[in-house]
Amino acid sequence: MTDQAHGEHGESRRDFLMLTAAAFSAVGVGYTVWPFISSMNPSQDVLALSSTEVDLSAIEVGQRVTVKWRGSPVFIDHRTPEQIADAEATALDDLPDPEPDSARVQKPEWLVVVGVCTHLGCIPVGQKPGEVTGEFGGWFCPCHGSVYDTSGRIRSGPAPTNLPVPEYTFLDDTTIRIG
Amino acid sequence: MSAGSPAAGKPGGFVNWVDSRLPVFSYLQKEYGEYPAPRNFNYWWNFGALAMFILVTMIATGLLLAMQYTANTEMAFDSVQRIMRDVNFGWLLRFLHMNGASFFFLVIYIHMGRGLYYGSYKAPRELLWMLGVVILLLMMATAFMGYVLPWGQLSFWGATVITNLFSAIPLVGDGIVTWLWGGFTVDNPTLNRFFTLHFLLPFLIVGVVVLHVIALHVHGSNNPLGIDPKGPQDTVPFHPYYTMKDSFGLCVFLLVYAGFVFFAPNWFGEPENFVPADPLVTPLEILPEWYFLPFFAILRSVPDILFIDAKLAGVLAMFGSIFVLFLLPWLDTSKVRSCRFRPTYKWFFWILVLDMILLGYVGGNQPDDLSPLGVRFIVLGQIGTLYYFFHFLILLPLLGKIERPRPLPASISEAVLPANRAGGGAPAGATAQRMEKAR
Repeated sequence: MTDQAHGEHGESRRDFLMLTAAAFSAVGVGYTVWPFISSMNPSQDVLALSSTEVDLSAIEVGQRVTVKWRGSPVFIDHRTPEQIADAEATALDDLPDPEPDSARVQKPEWLVVVGVCTHLGCIPVGQKPGEVTGEFGGWFCPCHGSVYDTSGRIRSGPAPTNLPVPEYTFLDDTTIRIG
Repeated sequence: MSAGSPAAGKPGGFVNWVDSRLPVFSYLQKEYGEYPAPRNFNYWWNFGALAMFILVTMIATGLLLAMQYTANTEMAFDSVQRIMRDVNFGWLLRFLHMNGASFFFLVIYIHMGRGLYYGSYKAPRELLWMLGVVILLLMMATAFMGYVLPWGQLSFWGATVITNLFSAIPLVGDGIVTWLWGGFTVDNPTLNRFFTLHFLLPFLIVGVVVLHVIALHVHGSNNPLGIDPKGPQDTVPFHPYYTMKDSFGLCVFLLVYAGFVFFAPNWFGEPENFVPADPLVTPLEILPEWYFLPFFAILRSVPDILFIDAKLAGVLAMFGSIFVLFLLPWLDTSKVRSCRFRPTYKWFFWILVLDMILLGYVGGNQPDDLSPLGVRFIVLGQIGTLYYFFHFLILLPLLGKIERPRPLPASISEAVLPANRAGGGAPAGATAQRMEKAR
């Protein structure tokens, strides 16, 4: 029988069949399992909610507004000239996560950041007038004491990185679309 | 090819280390590796493994569907539509689950038919058979409650009709129905508890399947000849012989199953269930899924009997048609298992199959309509129902006494090995030696 024919190193036709069958099965199982895993990823209706339009015209200078985007708060800060000057003047050497203010804003008077502390996911305070804003006039996270500046950059505390800037575009002078 | 066997592990190897503390490997080797199975299985013996495969598929798809489904009367229908449209591969999960239910029953009915034809329920496998009937009952309950969850018109009215069956019980019937509903109609509390039970019951099925397999492995499988293996020459090790045969059968099964899932996913469904449940409007025709139709026909066929009204009598007959299966090992008085050696019973087996098909056909039609045979469907249903009970309660006990079975072969190997069938080739002992060497 051809079953018994052996190759140079003693491989048989049966070894070949076993290996190819196993390889085909592995690919088949992979293709079968993927839909099951994929079904737990965000569904189309969840993805459809992943952009939000915000009208900026009602936000006065010095005012901070929170909007919800993909279930998380986004901080929109209509910064005062002093806050902008503060943020631009900060030396990069003083920052744990060095990043110039110009890289974090599209228009200097509008700061848009995701308001989720990069330490363990709490929401920093400082959005409402009278709340603690921390040493640098930005935000303060009450959970473990991380302090952010007027550019949303981490200055002290356990958080490793700056508040992330979401993808956003100015649709016109007073409207942005986040996401 | 002895992967998984303790022998595969080096002395002191990881496999042996685990196995001496938790003998999973030697258990698998004993029960699915060298487990001696009769050498003459035909493809009807694939259906147990197929049923196991579908059970796992149903639990896996069901688990992921449950993560997306909302058991609330306001949201259930829409959440199912969301699964179909928005959830990644949600349509695939749902179609696998929907069609899986139909294929589960198809496979189980063939599996049971195999048992009936080859007498697999007879001593010493009575409990094995009865555990199988328990699985069937659990499956029916699970399938019924699963059908309610999409909250379409047939879901709602199917739930209403089936739960109302219990109102036929004298005195306490209405109280039981209210208790089942958790209200005064099928409503949100009913949907919630049905979802909970639909989630729970499959795991109970798994438990009973484990008992079913344990009971099977005590005396081993029956076989097409219905005679016990008399030694190693009559058996082959389960692996690789039947793992391969089951795998091939599984591939064929998957082709058919996938064919329905991908090309005719709603073939088993009813258009009416695409209409959201409306407690104020009953659809003109309420039909159960195809796998319940024979029992549905029995339910509708029974008239008033003496002092029992038709409603109660129908319910009793329907449940009785399943419960009679529990008694089957004792109702069949023949000592011969396989139909191959029961020339008369063989005919009655096929008549019973036709009777079930007839009942299914009747169940899918209105009782008062005229059938192509010129009588109303209800008459056909009554004949079918009478015959069903006649088969189990009268025919089987008598047939065992009067039928003259054909002579049984001396052993499996003698009957199936070509050398022996050709007429007195090598003596059985020589065959045995050859097999021993091959192992």
